[in-house]
Amino acid sequence: MTSVRELDVQEITAAVKTMCITANYDLPEDVYAALEKGGQAEESPVGKAVFGQLVENADIARRDRVPICQDTGFAVIFAEIGQEVHLVGGDFEAAVNEGVRQGYTDGYLRKSIAEEPAQARRNTKDNTPAVIHTRLVPGDRVELWMMAKGGGAENMSSLNMLKPSQGWAGMVQAVLDTVSRAGSNPCPPIIIGVGIGGTIDKVTQLAKKALLRDLGSTHADERLAAMEAELLAKINALGIGPQGLGGTQTCLGVFIEEMPCHIASMPMAVNVQCHAQRHKHVVL
Amino acid sequence: MAAKKIVTPLTTEIVESLRAGDEVQISGVIYQARDAAHKRLVALIESGAPLPFELEGAVVYYMGPSPAKPGHVIGSAGPTTSGRMDAYAPTLMAHGLKGMIGKGLRTPEVKQAMIEHKAVYMAATGGAGALLAQRIVGNETIAYPELGAEAIARLEVKDFPAIVVNDCYGADLYEEGRKKYAKA
Repeated sequence: MTSVRELDVQEITAAVKTMCITANYDLPEDVYAALEKGGQAEESPVGKAVFGQLVENADIARRDRVPICQDTGFAVIFAEIGQEVHLVGGDFEAAVNEGVRQGYTDGYLRKSIAEEPAQARRNTKDNTPAVIHTRLVPGDRVELWMMAKGGGAENMSSLNMLKPSQGWAGMVQAVLDTVSRAGSNPCPPIIIGVGIGGTIDKVTQLAKKALLRDLGSTHADERLAAMEAELLAKINALGIGPQGLGGTQTCLGVFIEEMPCHIASMPMAVNVQCHAQRHKHVVL
Repeated sequence: MAAKKIVTPLTTEIVESLRAGDEVQISGVIYQARDAAHKRLVALIESGAPLPFELEGAVVYYMGPSPAKPGHVIGSAGPTTSGRMDAYAPTLMAHGLKGMIGKGLRTPEVKQAMIEHKAVYMAATGGAGALLAQRIVGNETIAYPELGAEAIARLEVKDFPAIVVNDCYGADLYEEGRKKYAKA
């Protein structure tokens, strides 16, 4: 019989807490580098100045241990749990939520979650619940990814149930329509996660998962890498620019995640991410 | 281009001197208010009740800060998406509001109200909340503390940086800037 590794869920709470705080204070290196590179490439003087402010802002946040943005986001957790791990000491999801509660409270992060969304919209006061996507995988490790997802960019995202006859050209147009309609709202320069295939629930999750990739990385699949490059060039040709004030650097990266779909369907989701792409990763 | 320094409360003359694309540095008092606060302000106006601050010449900042750490005036304090306040903005302008600071697109109705009532919409850099907080030197909650980050606060700012997006002549920097850099 294979040996089972025990892991106390308190370790999960501690890891989630740390990720919530560091994601919000320390802009990841890949994003910081993309902002510096974008500032050099930007043709608009106003746009260049915006990039300068964003780099300075990231420096202040890191130095003073304050959030990069006041919207410290919805805590989105992707968890991959090795099937040889036995979680002990409590409920997994409760442990994740406890980490979010502690991180957002002790880290002076804004609590931005409202319960009874359609009517009362009462603030839950500790930024819980988190959105948790859990997968069971081979092995004896637990991997966690934390994303602090701001509301302004999330609101500009779209789900597109396209007709198969529309093809790739139809998808490109739907992505461009989404970005164009969003304009200055999602705090460009943006990052775009595209989900293709699956069902309405799966395609949006793929689009979100795509945003976990590091800026500057190229898709391992050359076909998808070419699709990403085409979308990036076409988005940047829109002229929206940093903060929507006009410019050549609207988008820092496009990431696609794909899976097969029903013969009658061609689902595509666009998850819009602001320049404050706050994501952390830990292996337990 | 050097930034224009402006001091609140704003007069019609100041508003008329501003053009889309102008960089400004704002000093004086501005009022923090976002979704829930706007809903309440408009309800007060409609019922004829007094408002928690003087609207004549006022500048509203669409913002909900993160909590202030001990010893800090305010937490991170960048703009939120202005479009969510579009339903309320024309009513506030009709009652004296002269300036709005936020980020993102406004509706034609809001832009029309800015022409009619001589008001200006300025964008601060979204996602630069740590940087912008350094220009906020005073912070006092004056209404709805129970709303947390959505409360109304009286903020004192010094050289707060913004750029004029919509002026009182109908110009729109978002449209003009984009046109300039769009490649067919």
